[in-house]
Amino acid sequence: MKLYEHLGKELFARYDIPVPRSKLIESADQATGAVDELGEVVIKSQVLSGKRGKAGGIGFASSPDEAKKEAARIFDLEIDGLTTEKVLIEEKIKIEQELYLALTIDGSAHRPVVLASLDGGMDVEDVPEERMIRYPVDVTIGMQGYVIREICRRMGVTGDLRKELLKLLPKLYKMFRELDAELAEINPLALTPDGLIAADAKVTIDDDALYRHPDLPRISEKTALELKAEELDLAYVELGGDIAVMANGAGITMATLDMVQHYGGEPANFLDFGGGADLEKTSKSLELLLGTDPKVLLINIFGGITRCDVVAEAFVQVKQNKGIDLPVSFRLVGTNEAEGKQILEKEGIKTFASMDEAVRHAVQLSSES
Amino acid sequence: MSIYIDENTRVIVQGITGRQGSFHTGQMLSYGTNIVAGVSPGKGGQAVEGVPVFETAFEAVEKHAADASILFIPAPFARDAAYEALEAGIKILVLIPESIPLHDAMDIMAHARQKDAVVVGPNTFGLVSSGSSKIGIMPNRYFVPGPVGVVSRSGTLCYEIVGHLTEHGIGTTTVVGMGGDRVVGLHFIDVLKKFEEDPATETIILVGEIGGSAEEEAAAYITSSISKPVVAYLAGKSAPPGKRMGHAGAIIERGRGTFESKVEALNEAGVKVADLPTKVPPLIKDALAGK
Repeated sequence: MKLYEHLGKELFARYDIPVPRSKLIESADQATGAVDELGEVVIKSQVLSGKRGKAGGIGFASSPDEAKKEAARIFDLEIDGLTTEKVLIEEKIKIEQELYLALTIDGSAHRPVVLASLDGGMDVEDVPEERMIRYPVDVTIGMQGYVIREICRRMGVTGDLRKELLKLLPKLYKMFRELDAELAEINPLALTPDGLIAADAKVTIDDDALYRHPDLPRISEKTALELKAEELDLAYVELGGDIAVMANGAGITMATLDMVQHYGGEPANFLDFGGGADLEKTSKSLELLLGTDPKVLLINIFGGITRCDVVAEAFVQVKQNKGIDLPVSFRLVGTNEAEGKQILEKEGIKTFASMDEAVRHAVQLSSES
Repeated sequence: MSIYIDENTRVIVQGITGRQGSFHTGQMLSYGTNIVAGVSPGKGGQAVEGVPVFETAFEAVEKHAADASILFIPAPFARDAAYEALEAGIKILVLIPESIPLHDAMDIMAHARQKDAVVVGPNTFGLVSSGSSKIGIMPNRYFVPGPVGVVSRSGTLCYEIVGHLTEHGIGTTTVVGMGGDRVVGLHFIDVLKKFEEDPATETIILVGEIGGSAEEEAAAYITSSISKPVVAYLAGKSAPPGKRMGHAGAIIERGRGTFESKVEALNEAGVKVADLPTKVPPLIKDALAGK
């Protein structure tokens, strides 16, 4: 779950990481008062897009009128297809130097990794590889002083800036670990006469750990349908084609979509209803797909922890209760395959043994209808 | 021959009395896995499929000299159970659950490293040394002995590919599911190294997907250290950027981890990449024939 900048900064502040004084507004009228309070200000659209700066989502003002005008302009902006609901007005800080600092997860090392660079304030992708220091942290040891001193040595940082980083990094690491963050990025981390200040905040929380952070707000970038799928605990992504695809397991679902495209069809969605789904979850997945009004339904089941008989039973149940009027291509193999086929055959439903055949059949059905 | 596990591996099942735990205990037993005990707090003294159930992993290991464990424990409690297994002396730990928080996974891996234990998963189907031992949830009948080693990020897709092999009369030495999460214990490189050393493995299949850099790292390792032929299949060619395709790791971000970059890296390492799962067996046949 990605957090808006202002929320990321609230968390920074909670962990004693310095952030600029600010005011969050929901309409341009509220901007005037902010300038009286904060003086010269930066006005920032609160959208979850990396293109905010380039799209004009950041403005500056030194008078209340100017602030209102800039805020109004930013509220009207559409950035990356997103509308601006809130705007953050911050005091303009005196920046002497811009750094890049982040903590994220290095899957290869199984560890959190510190990313640090003296080239802050620019798109992180544009920082040359050799100018970005990467230091994987052992979680059993944590963010010790030696880690930070070594990072500073590699960056060529000494003196006051090093002292500042020795204060700041343990706080960021504590937050990263305690809040189950996948990413805690400060870019730029501004060196000011008053020390380091986080001029921006990109914080992402691990979705799988949200259950133990009831105090964090819930933010979703999903479509209404994707949200419904989330409630059912399904992995669902809309793709825009006309062949609805339901499969079990992320890998095979992706491979099914690839194969649909390979044979000239267009998948409507990615739907992985997971391993070992019960009757209810399987039925609800089917109902969700039918609700999207596709031309063809392609079901690809290779049962491992998922049981073919459960899928077959769910299909028959939905067919009887809600009706399934569109052409279906059904592939069913794996755990309890014989039982599953028997259930479907009683209803006159044929299945394919091979994924290849089932996908080709589905593509053919979609071109016919 | 096989890697990691064989018929002598003594296995405990943590969470044996649950729906998945009990079902798959039966499946593993019928495959021939040497399951010596189960663990389920509050249910010690019971039996599941004839397997004795204990209160703690310590007790199960103490009484039955187990060296491997498979976890069927809900994600919020998985770290606790994994620590317990590692402390009790388990050396092969298979984490079946999905949705284990990333920070918990990192904690588990750090402790496993200190205990010199191998962690498979999380979010994996496990691993199977064909014909001798299965510690996982894959359907039994496709895993027959043969000369091919398989390592995969995803489960069902791996069954699909192994299923095609079986149809062509080609069996496997060991099949390892790495798991679909961002933090998993075994990586392609660890398993490739084992296959290279295993005399029974003549050729290797790598099943990957978009996102992350595991396939690129594997490609570099194959170039430097693998002499056996490798065939790959990658899922996610049609995936749009920025969308997480089910697996936490399967997401193309900022142009990284794309299908094209992975195919290119693997091709450069001399790996043949099949464009459909059905194209894997012919490539394997060629490899086995020394073509």
